[in-house]
Amino acid sequence: MKKEKQTQTIFKILKYIKRYWGFLGISILLSAVTVVCSLYLPLLTGDALDLIIEKGQVDFTGVFDILKKMGVMVVLTAFAQWIMNVCNNKITYNVIRDVRKEAFAKLERLPLKYLDAHAHGEVVSRLITDVDQFADGLLMGFTQFFSGILTIFGTLFFMFAISGRITIAVVVLTPLSLVVASFIAKKTFSMFKLQSETRGEQTSFIEEMVGNQKVVQAFSREDETLKKFDEINDRLEKCSLKAIFFSSITNPSTRFVNSLVYATVAVIGAFLAISGGISIGNLSALLAYANQYTKPFNEISGVVTELQNALACARRVFELMEEEPEIPDAIDAVVLEQTDGQVDLENVAFSYVPEQRLMEGLNLKVKPGQRIAIVGPTGCGKTTLINLLMRFYDVKEGSIKVNDIDIRNMTRKSLRNNYGMVLQETWLRSGTIRDNIVMGKPDATDEEVIAAAKASHAHSFIKRLPEGYDTIVAEDGGNLSQGQKQLLCITRVMLCLPPMLILDEATSSIDTRTEVKIQEAFARMMKGRTSFIVAHRLSTIREADVILVMKDGNIIEQGSHNELLLQNGFYAKLYNSQFALV
Amino acid sequence: MKKILALLKDYKKETILGPLFKLLEASFELFVPLVIAAIIDTGVSDGDIAYILKMCLVLVVLALIGFVCAITAQYFAAKAAVGVAAKLRHALFEHIEKLSYTELDTVGTSTLITRMTSDVNQVQNGVNLVLRLFLRSPFIVFGAMVMAFTVDVKAALVFVVTIPLLSIVVFVVMYATIPLYKKVQAALDRVLAITRENLTGVRVIRAFNKEEHEIKQFNESNDKLTNMQVFVGKITALTSPLTFIIINVATIVLVWTGAIQVNDGVISQGEVVALVNYMSQILVELVKLANLIVSITKSIASGNRIQAVLNIESSMKDVAIDTDVEIGAQKESASSVKQTNITGLPEDDVIVAFEHVHFTYAKSKEEALTDIHFTAKKGEMIGVIGGTGSGKTSIVNLISRFYDATRGSVSINGVDVKDYPLESLREKISIVPQKAVLFKGTIRENICWGKEGATDEEIQRALEIAQATEFVKEKGLDFVVEQGGRNLSGGQRQRLTIARALVKNPDILILDDSASALDYATDAKLRKAISEMSDDMTVFVVSQRAASIMHADQIIVLDDGEVSAIGKHNDLLDNCEIYREIYESQFRGSVL
Repeated sequence: MKKEKQTQTIFKILKYIKRYWGFLGISILLSAVTVVCSLYLPLLTGDALDLIIEKGQVDFTGVFDILKKMGVMVVLTAFAQWIMNVCNNKITYNVIRDVRKEAFAKLERLPLKYLDAHAHGEVVSRLITDVDQFADGLLMGFTQFFSGILTIFGTLFFMFAISGRITIAVVVLTPLSLVVASFIAKKTFSMFKLQSETRGEQTSFIEEMVGNQKVVQAFSREDETLKKFDEINDRLEKCSLKAIFFSSITNPSTRFVNSLVYATVAVIGAFLAISGGISIGNLSALLAYANQYTKPFNEISGVVTELQNALACARRVFELMEEEPEIPDAIDAVVLEQTDGQVDLENVAFSYVPEQRLMEGLNLKVKPGQRIAIVGPTGCGKTTLINLLMRFYDVKEGSIKVNDIDIRNMTRKSLRNNYGMVLQETWLRSGTIRDNIVMGKPDATDEEVIAAAKASHAHSFIKRLPEGYDTIVAEDGGNLSQGQKQLLCITRVMLCLPPMLILDEATSSIDTRTEVKIQEAFARMMKGRTSFIVAHRLSTIREADVILVMKDGNIIEQGSHNELLLQNGFYAKLYNSQFALV
Repeated sequence: MKKILALLKDYKKETILGPLFKLLEASFELFVPLVIAAIIDTGVSDGDIAYILKMCLVLVVLALIGFVCAITAQYFAAKAAVGVAAKLRHALFEHIEKLSYTELDTVGTSTLITRMTSDVNQVQNGVNLVLRLFLRSPFIVFGAMVMAFTVDVKAALVFVVTIPLLSIVVFVVMYATIPLYKKVQAALDRVLAITRENLTGVRVIRAFNKEEHEIKQFNESNDKLTNMQVFVGKITALTSPLTFIIINVATIVLVWTGAIQVNDGVISQGEVVALVNYMSQILVELVKLANLIVSITKSIASGNRIQAVLNIESSMKDVAIDTDVEIGAQKESASSVKQTNITGLPEDDVIVAFEHVHFTYAKSKEEALTDIHFTAKKGEMIGVIGGTGSGKTSIVNLISRFYDATRGSVSINGVDVKDYPLESLREKISIVPQKAVLFKGTIRENICWGKEGATDEEIQRALEIAQATEFVKEKGLDFVVEQGGRNLSGGQRQRLTIARALVKNPDILILDDSASALDYATDAKLRKAISEMSDDMTVFVVSQRAASIMHADQIIVLDDGEVSAIGKHNDLLDNCEIYREIYESQFRGSVL
């Protein structure tokens, strides 16, 4: 079972490598050239040595001829080796690039259900660290695996050419080395996997604590978090030590086996030399071959352990890439053109976890251009409703229709294009202020951008930034205040003005003076546009055509402000509590 | 690199024994060519079978000793490498926790994360390889040269020329590639940053249908990384062919010299074989070394990046628990003030005082706060209100000393905040930050951040005041909050962060716009509960909503970093235009 999975992983990797078969072909060809040339050298050296017998018995012209030949070989080999290395590099890094590229593209297709449920640090660790380790293993594999195998066969061939008997002895002893190597490799695979998992856990913890370092410090929790970090760190240290040590035994073990081979060659070779079967030069060449023959075993065993690690990492990356993606748009999915904004929710049921029911039998009819205010205590399901409207999640039962078309039958892209969304949690990408504003309309002119920024009252603070609209927003918008970030998010929507709006506490971090001004802009924007507004401002709520009062995931009251007050239900209570304050 | 090397000190035994055993192994390897020469010159030419068998037994024994030495060396090397990596991660984590907000603002989180993970891994590999091979290879190279001298001085001169040449090649490649590897890591940082960004911003990206665009951006950075890697690869790929040429040319010269020496009767045929063997031993080692250099240059680059983090010094000097007498005396006065507090000072005891405070953020030209001057008395509620970017958060950040005032002073109980040890200062203060951050763990664990080992009653009381009892009752105190509190709604998260701050019964409570995700009714109940909680607690409420602060004992109205007015609600309505504007804008809403 386990082995099967490993083979699967290898096949997946091969699929990526296949794209570079040209380079791969050159690499294999050149490694053959390198191996043959470098194997021929000891033979030549041996020949030369046979011409150097003893005092006064040296054939200088013969030696010189051989050495000349060697010179040519050396240059040829070195050149082939260089090109081969370059090819290997190219293949490895391109494969890695492709894997990362596809993994990232996959990330963009994963359902929010997956992303909401997995620690970001873990996903990042798969895409960065694991892929990196995979690259290291792959490169080592390329540079040493082929030439290793070729060297083994080449050496056997050359040895055979000198002496069949010695070669047979060597061949008999070889499997010993392989058995040792594969035994250790098998043992270490699970250790590497454990190491990889523990590392993921740690990355996730680092992400959490370093990312929220300010809170950690505000509560003086440095010591406690450090303690917890150390606990994971200790575990990682222990399992890393195991993985590294046991895998590193491979090398000395195979080398020991190889030394035995070397000694055997020496004994048999010496006997043969005495009986005149081979010359001293031949013996020297044989010993050199025995040495070279054992070297690739060392390398391959080293590569095998590295590959084990790489495979474990690759598997984690592939796991991510094989996650169930968002259900793709149906082939016959309609492209939603400019909608007039009619939205119908029929009998909608939804829950994040099957055993915990949340929303059931929810009905709502929204006429074009209506303003829907959603109110309710925190955690009442406002955000869930937005998740469903935008189709970040699919409904479990019932349907949501826009222009009488089920949103599951239209392309996500066209659906989302028709919504403008401002969330309470602001998000800015690293890039310039301008980049952030034009997200919804990449081809906007400077005038349009400035006009939008003026409408959202962001222009005045942007103007004061060191580089104006070209100021770089730091990671996570670190150099802007929460309110400024929110203004930028509003500007984004102001610029592209889609037919439907979703404003989720869009102005919660903006001071009220500015908010009033923005509200005016919002009011203008909402004219003729269906809008869903999660808000706390009474004026916004009162001006809405329909107020949805939500509690525990369901709509408990629905109607205009006056209607709801007359009902004297939950809304009326909420409304009165607020006035009681004033 | 210095600090990293210093860490190896803790593994003195391992760092010495590892290479030592490796060298032992190598020494035994160096005898092999001599044994072979003996077999050829004595065994084969005399036809002495017993001698040959004896020598082969010597070969096996040498191999066995080498095997034991090698395994021992591997163990020590792995132990030291893994240990150093663990210590490094610990050091980094500890160091990051000591950085002040100013440094955290400027460094950026994702690069800190790569440095703690991928860079540390590189260093671990590097240390492991260095201990295992880096000493061994030069040792074999020089050992082979020394052994060559014992065979024949003239032939050995070939080695003397070859070895420096090889060193030059190795060092030039290393020198050229270290800065390039740094660039590779920086490119990797960028790829990481985009990935993180896409995870946090997934809703916005999908709402704007920017997936394709993001993929394009990612691919650009990814390609840049790849090109960089391929480029560096091309340079390092030169190492092994170059060493190959040098060694083999040396072999050719060696055979020629050997031929002359044998012809003159200085050395034997077997000795030439030994010399050639030594040369090929050098080649084997150098091929290993060449591969090694790639890893080592990578780890040096990574090591430097780690060092760079460790070198960032906190711009905030903490007062150690036991410092010199002068500060000790001040501290004493601080604690004595506190003690007299308990015994009951007059009601108008000043707890927080800002004296002409100016504050500028690092890398910013403009002042965020200008000449802030006010005092807050014990048990008071202070409202802070003002426009976006008017400096509300900056003020409260100075109280907890997350930043140091550029000019002027902030004092608590009459002692400058800079003279308190940070931990005891923050002990007095509880803060509910704007962004409701929770951590992976149970609700109980999260609340206990505020007070280690709080009892269930204390927790329940805090939850009650924070208006969180209802949903917590439903989920239970042992409900596991996922990383970032993803499985809770914004309002639930916020109420838990409030409970977390309340559980320790602080002297000073700071609510930094921390009711933004709460509806009005909950917000009102919360404020009422807090005001009833304790008479001694001083509460700072930063808010956008006039309703949240209008009942405060003092309201500080900020405008563009300056105090526009301080006073009570009614005075401000009469005298402060900005306040009136804010108030009316909000309450006009309900009249309209």
